[in-house]
Amino acid sequence: MSVTLTRIEPSIAGVGDYVALMKPRVMSLVVFTALVGLLIAPGHVHPVIALTALLCIAVGAGAAGALNMWYDADIDARMARTAGRPIPQGRVTPGEAAGFGMTLAVFATVTLGLLVNVIAAALLAFTIAFYVVVYTMWLKRSTPQNIVIGGAAGALPPVIGWAAATGSVSIEPILLFLIIFFWTPPHFWALSLYRTEDYARAGIPMLPVVAGEAATRRHIVLYTLILAPLGVVPWLLGYAGALYGIAAVVTGAAMIALALRLHGEGSRQDSRHGACRQMFAFSILYLFLLFAVLLVDRMSGGLAALAAGRFPI
Amino acid sequence: MTAVSDTMDDTPKPEEGIRLTEQQLRARRARSIAIALALGAFVVVIFLVTLVRLGSNVLTRPM
Repeated sequence: MSVTLTRIEPSIAGVGDYVALMKPRVMSLVVFTALVGLLIAPGHVHPVIALTALLCIAVGAGAAGALNMWYDADIDARMARTAGRPIPQGRVTPGEAAGFGMTLAVFATVTLGLLVNVIAAALLAFTIAFYVVVYTMWLKRSTPQNIVIGGAAGALPPVIGWAAATGSVSIEPILLFLIIFFWTPPHFWALSLYRTEDYARAGIPMLPVVAGEAATRRHIVLYTLILAPLGVVPWLLGYAGALYGIAAVVTGAAMIALALRLHGEGSRQDSRHGACRQMFAFSILYLFLLFAVLLVDRMSGGLAALAAGRFPI
Repeated sequence: MTAVSDTMDDTPKPEEGIRLTEQQLRARRARSIAIALALGAFVVVIFLVTLVRLGSNVLTRPM
């Protein structure tokens, strides 16, 4: 840290380094879930307004990523997974990342508030603040529940998308919030099981570091058992059709099967964490499929209405 | 102070200050272009949303 902090050489950071600060892969999932929240909301939003809202949400997510990398530069440098990030590599100073992140955060929030609506902007500001202050600065280094509570930040984008379209929040986006909220722990704990040494070296109290592998595998099963039925609820409550219901049941069953395999793997001595990697990879596919099918399900019903009605502003 | 400066060579040094290397210049140019594009995109977004929000009302104003 001290080396990068005291750099007085002019910057050699390229555009790619600043793109990396915005965590583009996290941003893509944020934009996708926000898009689903926006499109399944009742009523019509003008495409330009919808695109503006998505752009603001994407930039807001990027801002949160940059501020996270600013604050976590010291632990990123100690972990193999994150050592290649722009700040540990010395291409961007922590101060530059902080300025970049704050600028984007303010621009994204103010623009969303002025051009779309204030409720969506307030939710975006809350999400960025929650991710940076509550998760990054406070929970990440202090409790194994870090990703459970911090996951709320990652679960909010569909709610912001819905709010951008309607100017309000209701039970449907809250359901989507809960699905992502209960998806996050098994997703990250599966990753942390095969990155335990990394987290231990960086001094992050991830569950496998603090409570051990067996407890982590039990927790993954527990959360997956909550997640899978929760995924089916939008269909049970009539918010989605049979297509979504079938997809949620099948992929939910696959998640539970993988979680149970992962649990069984823990008792074997020759474990190479194969089931953990599979669980991590499939969990991404699970969330993507769930939201994609929900979108297709709702859009196929909404297309007829769109064709019949005038295009509203 | 005068005594000190008298003893020094007063001829101006034309190459003082920070000189950017080729790599630093290229990086700065790339960053500048990216910022310009981002600001341009911001202007376009504001313009388009203004049209969409006002719609035909853009012609309706007190005379």
